Amino acid sequence: MKQLSVDVAVIGGGPAGLAAALSARAEGAAKVMIIERNHELGGILQQCIHHGFGLHRFKAELTGPEYAQRFINEVGNTDIETLLETMVLEITPDRKIYAVNSEHGMMEISAKAIVLAMGCRERTRGALQIPGTRPAGVFSAGTAQRYANIEGYTPGKRAVILGSGDIGLIMARRFTLEGAKVEAVVEILPYAAGLTRNVVQCLQDFGIPLYLKSTVIDIHGKDRVEAVTIAEVDDNWNPIPGTERVIECDTLLLSVGLIPENELSVHAGVKLDPVTNGAYVNEHLMTTVPGIFACGNVLHVHDLVDNVSKEAERAGMYAGRFAMGTLSQPEKWVKVVPGENVRYVVPHEISLTEPVEFFLRVQRPAEDVVVDVAGLRTIKERSVRPSEMLNIKLTPEQLQNFTGDTFVIAVKERKEAEIQ
Amino acid sequence: MREKKTLTVDVAIVGGGIIGTAVARELSKYQVNVLVVEKEAEVGWGTTKANSGIVHAGFHEEPGTLKAKYCFPGNQMYPKLCEELDVCFKQNGILMVARTDEEWEIVQKYYQRGKDRGVPVELLNPEQALALEPALNPEIKGALHAPNGGAVMPFELAAALMENALQNGAQLLTDAPVVAAGLEGDKKILETEGYRIEAKVVINAAGLFADDLARMFGDDYFSIKPRKGEEYLFDLDTKDLVTRTIFPVPTKVSKGILVIPTAEGNLMIGPTGDNIDDKEDLKTTRYGFSRILEGARSLVPGINPRKIIAQFAGVRAASDRGDFIVELSPNIPGLIHLAGMESPGLTAAPAIAVDAVKLVEEAGLKLVPKEDFEPRRKPMVRFRSLSHEERERLIQENPLYGRIICRCESVTEGEIVDAIHRGARTLDGIKFRARAGAGRCQGGFCQPLVMAIIARELGIPLEEVTKRGRGSEPVLYHAKELLTGGDAQ
Repeated sequence: MKQLSVDVAVIGGGPAGLAAALSARAEGAAKVMIIERNHELGGILQQCIHHGFGLHRFKAELTGPEYAQRFINEVGNTDIETLLETMVLEITPDRKIYAVNSEHGMMEISAKAIVLAMGCRERTRGALQIPGTRPAGVFSAGTAQRYANIEGYTPGKRAVILGSGDIGLIMARRFTLEGAKVEAVVEILPYAAGLTRNVVQCLQDFGIPLYLKSTVIDIHGKDRVEAVTIAEVDDNWNPIPGTERVIECDTLLLSVGLIPENELSVHAGVKLDPVTNGAYVNEHLMTTVPGIFACGNVLHVHDLVDNVSKEAERAGMYAGRFAMGTLSQPEKWVKVVPGENVRYVVPHEISLTEPVEFFLRVQRPAEDVVVDVAGLRTIKERSVRPSEMLNIKLTPEQLQNFTGDTFVIAVKERKEAEIQ
Repeated sequence: MREKKTLTVDVAIVGGGIIGTAVARELSKYQVNVLVVEKEAEVGWGTTKANSGIVHAGFHEEPGTLKAKYCFPGNQMYPKLCEELDVCFKQNGILMVARTDEEWEIVQKYYQRGKDRGVPVELLNPEQALALEPALNPEIKGALHAPNGGAVMPFELAAALMENALQNGAQLLTDAPVVAAGLEGDKKILETEGYRIEAKVVINAAGLFADDLARMFGDDYFSIKPRKGEEYLFDLDTKDLVTRTIFPVPTKVSKGILVIPTAEGNLMIGPTGDNIDDKEDLKTTRYGFSRILEGARSLVPGINPRKIIAQFAGVRAASDRGDFIVELSPNIPGLIHLAGMESPGLTAAPAIAVDAVKLVEEAGLKLVPKEDFEPRRKPMVRFRSLSHEERERLIQENPLYGRIICRCESVTEGEIVDAIHRGARTLDGIKFRARAGAGRCQGGFCQPLVMAIIARELGIPLEEVTKRGRGSEPVLYHAKELLTGGDAQ
């Protein structure tokens, strides 16, 4: 078996992996390697041919491949090694990576630090237990996107989309532009799960109906999808009798959530947050296994790639320092706890001595709120939605005023906050 | 209409399910000309596909039934059969659990029944049972343990039996539903869309459609009563919850809702047992799911439905006798019925196949054993269960084993190509044989890659690749085709 050793090994060459590798190298780690399963770098961005990437980072509206290419070019200008068409099979707690490809066979790669950047996968029909037959024509939205944008096929000509996640919304537009008819987008929640701009640009602009508080309760067709039955649901998500409606279609796309792909991480001993399905991390984005860091959608599912890049740069920087032995350890870690109307916060632990950037999501939409950051800072927001991640930075100066054991971040209604 | 080709054989087996393939393999030990006629694109796709995969211990069956006659002997044949065919077989044992004092009485009856048949059964008190299976409901009153129970992948076994039969000279017709049948003198005639088959003996292993086939011959003394079962399959990461297959005390119509560690390791719960009218009703339902979850949790409370990755339904081909039918037709000479195969049909199949050979002789064919029968099929490569060193050697021999296609189950391109060379033609065929697409993402990532490999190996365009035979093509149009008014259908 081929033996290799590196300073920083980055698992995954999508936007998170690219940014992490670049920043680890820039921080001074000498030997940085990206291990990528696909035949090219860029990850899922390569099939996201729509525009809208990079508004924050590059102040430009790029397509997914364009956004990725900027990073791929930068990597090309460095001595970062890339192993393509290479699958990581196992990561050990002492940071050995077992990987395989056709050219080198099995490889054992010893890394001083590892950055997990494997991204996420789509929730499936099976995970939702959608009743009905099991014909061809049921796709997760991302798979349909790959057929459309990489393979050059349109899976069907009449589609219903279950779930209003961003990929589903994007695919509603994509199918329409390919000449297919999107009969409906069906969402079980009382609000769209994707970004507002995608609801406007992908559905409203094309006259595609969005049915809220509704779901697919039956799939018809023996060999190929012939129709689906949709129905309205009550507050417990149970279908309301009498509201059933059959929609003829040949394709059902599912955009019902993304799950960080942490099977390798768990094997390495990394502890996961049951809410994010990603690793528990401290402000260095280091997991519970020393020297293993995580960023991007494998850590928690993001809605903007710009945030992925930013988060990954920090993970890469700290991984670089860890590899070089220069990552300082604080005297103690303070736990970060989600408070009122906060579903999760990343990172999970902070030192109070370094600048920190929090990513968080609310549990439910709310208007006119105040984000209360452990009493240290309050930020007014006109509107918050679960689909739109909040991003809060604190400086060590702001943090030094904190006393206590748990660092609670809450999103309160403004009136309530003002009374307190 | 084009002229039908005529095939003349000694024995035609209608149905390539577990019974048909087991009989084909058993007959291929003799100097006899055997043809399996299967309506689907691949074998093992009817009732067999959705079978729970349990190799029953042999203590359940009512004394005096054919189920009792064949179950335990079939169970005893499994280890050798699976070893010869290189099929995953796990002798993980069976626990029948009593949740109430009344159930404990019943469990003891099954214990006696097992004892009488020589099944290695033992009674466990709650502490002993919980020591074996800590995830069991702590309220149980006791359990029956049968260590000879096991698990296989039913479609894998059917494919392996067929492959080995083919190696030994049997023939297979797929995509060939029998549309007409009858007698011409001593000959039995089967008509498919493309073939006229003349056989000395016909074995009716047509499962759900066994009564329809019998009727085509003018034989209508039994009927099939379809009974649907839904099953729910869990992520591989739940594989350590229980080791043994957990049964409740049976109901009047079925063995009840079980907790099943499958041969490949995924946990599965089910099945329901609902009488239905439509033999092809493979729908899963909300009602079915809620009953299964409740039943499974009464045995193993820690079952987490969030870990479910797939669901499916199958239809049992139960007969109106409530028992297997293994006999020469009393009405049509040379027609053998192997029908009414509900549980424990899978377990019984190897034993039934042995008796089917006797029935073929009774029907008048003289069977001479082959001297060169090869009981082993070419060994399977299962990349995921190899050591790093074995993987290294394998990739050196064939670099296709270095390219992982299905990331969830670590299935390589080499295994997919091998499955195609062994007879897989479809995405489901690849999934059943090589497990690509059987994991937690359910083919979300690998389906386009597997499609491309099938297209390449079979030399067909991508849009002709199917999920499970004609009419189930996943991609229907080329990009922009719908804009230019084209229509691929």
